Formats: sequence, structure tokens, C-alpha cells
Amino acid sequence: MPAKMQLTKGNEALAMGAIAGGCDCFFGYPITPQNEVPEVLSYELPKRGRVFVQAESEVASINMVYGAAAAGKRAMTSSSSPGVSLMMEGLSYIACAELPCLIVNVMRGGPGLGSITPSQGDYFQACKGGGHGDYHSIVLAPWNVQEMYEFPALAFELADRYRCPAMLLADGVLGAMMEPAEISDDAPPPNVPEKPWATNGRNGRAHKNVVNSLVIDPYGLRDHNLKLQAKYKAMECETRWDTRDVDDAEILVVAYGISARLALSGCKLARKQGIKAGLLRPITLFPFPSKQIAECATNKKRILVVELSAGQMVEDVRLAVNGKVPVDFYGEMGGVIPSPAEVCEKIVEAAR
Amino acid sequence: MTTAMNSQDGMNKQNGGAVASEDLVDLKCVFERPKSLSDKPFHYCPGCSHGTYHRLIAEMIDEFGFMDNTVGICPVGCAVFAYEYFETDMIEASHGRAPAVATGVKRALPDRFVFTYQGDGDLASIGMGEIIHAAARGERITVFFVNNGIFGMTGGQMAPTSLIGQRTTTSVQGRDPRTTGHPIKVCELLSSLEGVAYLARVALTSPKNINTCRKYMRKAIRAQTEDVGLGLVEVLSPCPVQWGMSPGDALHHIEEDVVKEFPPGEFVDKLAGPVKA
Repeated sequence: MPAKMQLTKGNEALAMGAIAGGCDCFFGYPITPQNEVPEVLSYELPKRGRVFVQAESEVASINMVYGAAAAGKRAMTSSSSPGVSLMMEGLSYIACAELPCLIVNVMRGGPGLGSITPSQGDYFQACKGGGHGDYHSIVLAPWNVQEMYEFPALAFELADRYRCPAMLLADGVLGAMMEPAEISDDAPPPNVPEKPWATNGRNGRAHKNVVNSLVIDPYGLRDHNLKLQAKYKAMECETRWDTRDVDDAEILVVAYGISARLALSGCKLARKQGIKAGLLRPITLFPFPSKQIAECATNKKRILVVELSAGQMVEDVRLAVNGKVPVDFYGEMGGVIPSPAEVCEKIVEAAR
Repeated sequence: MTTAMNSQDGMNKQNGGAVASEDLVDLKCVFERPKSLSDKPFHYCPGCSHGTYHRLIAEMIDEFGFMDNTVGICPVGCAVFAYEYFETDMIEASHGRAPAVATGVKRALPDRFVFTYQGDGDLASIGMGEIIHAAARGERITVFFVNNGIFGMTGGQMAPTSLIGQRTTTSVQGRDPRTTGHPIKVCELLSSLEGVAYLARVALTSPKNINTCRKYMRKAIRAQTEDVGLGLVEVLSPCPVQWGMSPGDALHHIEEDVVKEFPPGEFVDKLAGPVKA
């Protein structure tokens, strides 16, 4: 059946996108607001001969992902903020062992048990490593249900290309909202590269393979870190971003995910009041579109960063423009979602 | 990182490292290194039985013909370098999570032989959740569990398996059950779970017991290969260095004292019966 436009919930689109992206194995533990992801996959994966396991915890989930990824399969887990915190040790091991996999975080309000309402408070955790040591995941931030469907495949592709974890950073709004999206139930299987490093049994191979993140020799571990850092540098060519109405804008709004949807509406309202505002939306949060923001900002009066946090991505925007353009911040927390009118108000304030 | 390892360089595996010369050509080889065991010298302390258990595992992999079909999962602890010692594909897990990693591998590749190698800190302390749930799910994996009643690698701290009164670096007056609880008996604990197909405990203290261990290990492997459930063999192992005993005294201590707390024997056996060769 070809892809067809259908009214779909974000979490369900994400689950179908994981199948289209060639997910062989899913391991996860229930947590709101992402429960439709394991619910759909628990039904859809086994009927395709693929693996679904409901793990006993997020700690077990990420380690099952580690095992299946080491075995050469496309493996993923899905969770929300507190659960993703529990996965951080495992993610650090995965990054050091250079295993490709997908981690989905449908963010909810924090810190602590917080709430089940939407948030973007895990930007630092997602983009700066999150666990111990110097590492990064590739981080993709969808802003609509269509991208919730499309990004799992992209995440798997990039993870395989760079042999690193990829994270899909969504939020409770994107997970729970319904909108039309082009979804396929039987997408053709993706091209998956050979994985000669996989620990999948020697089967005639002349040498054994070892998946490991232990390097006891200081120079060896330093060299491995240098290799990882070189890889993160090389990933810069994968930077993705989107712009709307920025050419003539005096106020540049920078926002990702659901905040970017709100911000775009805010920009349109501002233009009705005669204030030229445009949106730059980072799609990859790591690698971060620093150069693109700096270039876009050259002729702007001010930048306004909008997030559902106390101000996390704004730090990277400030680093990107390096003091050349003033950067304002508007954030809400705890599951409070600003209206487009409130964003517009901040744009008007910035333009004064 | 992932590494392609070949530790067979410079060694003649057929002769198990023995000198192959014209003069010896008529001699019959009666003992050799298992092919699944690498020639890397063990880093273990004198009197420790990790090396013995490693060898037994390698013997079993050879016996079943699984060297090309095995994925082993190493623990954190004294056996953290176990991936150096086997010639099979190996994965290093984080502390206690080997049963979860093994679940990932086995579900992804159901026709491979998947084993974990875990100590008592790894399995019975930080990893208790993972082993219980792997057992409850009846994961088709084989667990080789080493119980020496102490955290060896980190310097001799109390373990959940330490005996009452045992002196360790974190229980210098001896383990006090009022504040630190009682030893956790893993076989007894797991034996209530339906997913478990085979459970046994043996003290690795004598040639006779080593033979018993082989017998148990065969069954724990068959629990997986015959699709019955999880198999686990717990070995009571000496840690002379952290116990502050000579290797000989450590073996006596197991046979005199440790077996009273951890009685050897088979706890669960759901196999249909012995397989005729």
C-alpha cells in the first residue's frame, strides 16, 4: 500500500516511522507521554517477524539496545525525560563502543518526577552528552507529525553512517497531537550498510569481534577520545535547519520542535503589526547549526530564542553569534505552553 | 569501540602451544588448550578460580562446537577482561547489565549461543533486577555465575553474598546482619521463577567438583539450546587475596564454611533427560 495522507497521532506516526526505518528490535518501558510508541510496536513488530521486548526498566532497555546494536541490528528504545535520565550510563557506553542505535525522548516537564506535560527541558542532556565522559549523540528535533514519521529512518541512517547513537528529541505535544501525515504501512526496506564489526558469532570469520568501552591505557583512551571528537567534527556536514521569512526580517526567532510551530505563528502575528520577524528552526540540535545562525543573524536587529525550558538552547545561539547580535529569551516551564500571541508580544518587545 | 582481535598469532593451536618437533611426532596429545580459549595469560591472582571457570566454559564451547556461533557477555569486576580470554565474539557490558545485553543479542539472533559471565557483585548486587527479569522472561541464555562472597577487583569490600561475620574492607568488624542483612542466595531466589530451566551450584574446590561443574554446565547450556529457558551455574570460588588466606586455606574455608550458607546441588532441572551422544 503506498503512503497515504491520514490523521495520525505523533507517537503512532513515530512508531510507524521506526518500522519504515528498518527497526529490527525495540526495547522499552512504559512512561507517559510516549506510551503509544511501545503499544503500536508491540503489535506491529512481531507480525513482521521483528523483535519487541517490554523491559523491566529503562536501565535494562538501553542495555538490551546495546546488545542488539552490537549484534548488528537496527535497535531502538523510546522513553520520556525521567526514563531517559536512567539510560544515560548505557548511552555513554554505546557512544564509546561506537554502536548505532536510536533513542527517542518524548520530553515531559521536570526536574524530578515533574509532570507528564510537554517540555523541552532535556536539551542539555540530549545535546551535551548526558552521561559521563566526552561524547555526543546525533540529535534530531521534529516539529510536526510528518517529521515524527520520517525522522526515525533518518536517525537510523545517520547512526549507521557515523556509528553513534542518534536521539529523536520530541515533546509531549508532538507525541499526543493528531494531524494529517503521509504514512506508509509497508514502506520498502531501507538500505542498511554492512556491519563487519558486529558481534554476531564468528561464522567462519578469521578473527573474533569485541564490542567494548574499556580502554585501560591512558594513551589508548586519549586516542579513542580523539577519534570520537574527529567524528563529531565530521558530522557537521549533516547539519539540518529550516528558515521562514528571514531575508527581510529585523527580528530573528530561533526555536525548535513544538516551540518553532508556536514561534512561526508568533512571527506571522508580528508581521500583521508591521514588525518583520522570521524563524530559524534547528532540525539537528547536534550538530547544531551555529554557522547558519551566525550568517542569518548578520543583518538582524535582535534574536529571540523561544523554548519550553529555563533557557538551554539559547546558550548555543549566544555562542553562535558571539555577542554580535543581542539575544533575548522567552521560555515557559512545567508544561505551560505559550500562545502565539504571547510569542508575538515578546517579538514586539524585542523590536522596540 | 569495536575491535577485531586475533590472539592466535605465533601459537600453534593444534598443539595447544606445545613444541611441535620431529622427535615428538609419535606422541599422543592427551591435554591441550581448548580452541575457544585464547593464549593470553590470565591476569587473575594466585588461587583464584576464574581461570578454571574460563577454561571450563571454553571446553564446553568446543564440546558443543559453538566457537563460531557464540556471543559472550563480560561483567564488570575481576573478570572485566574476559573478552581477552575467549576466541568467540564478546561484548563488554556495564556493571550488572549482562543479562539485559544478552537479552538484546539473543532476541536479535535467536540461533546463536549467548552466555553471560558474572560475579556476585555484578549479578547479586547492582544487577539483581536484570538477572531476575531475564530469568522471569525465560530468556534463552546461559549464565556462568562466580560467587566468591566479596568485591575482589575494587579491593575487598562486602558483597551481598558475604558471610555473616566476614571481615571485609567495608565490614572490618565482620558482617553484621542487623545493619547489612544476610547473604543473598541466588539459586534459591531464582528457583521460584517459571522461566528458569536449570539452576545449580557447585564449589570449584576439587577435581571431583570440577567434573560435577562440567556436568551442570552441559545442562545449563542445553537449557538454552533445547529452548527450555534460562540456565545458570553458580560456582563457589575462592578469593585468597581479599579473604586474607592462603590458596589452600581458602579452599578449605569453602568446603567447611561457605557451603553451609550456600549448599551445592541442583535446584531446578526442567530438561527432559540426558542426551545420548
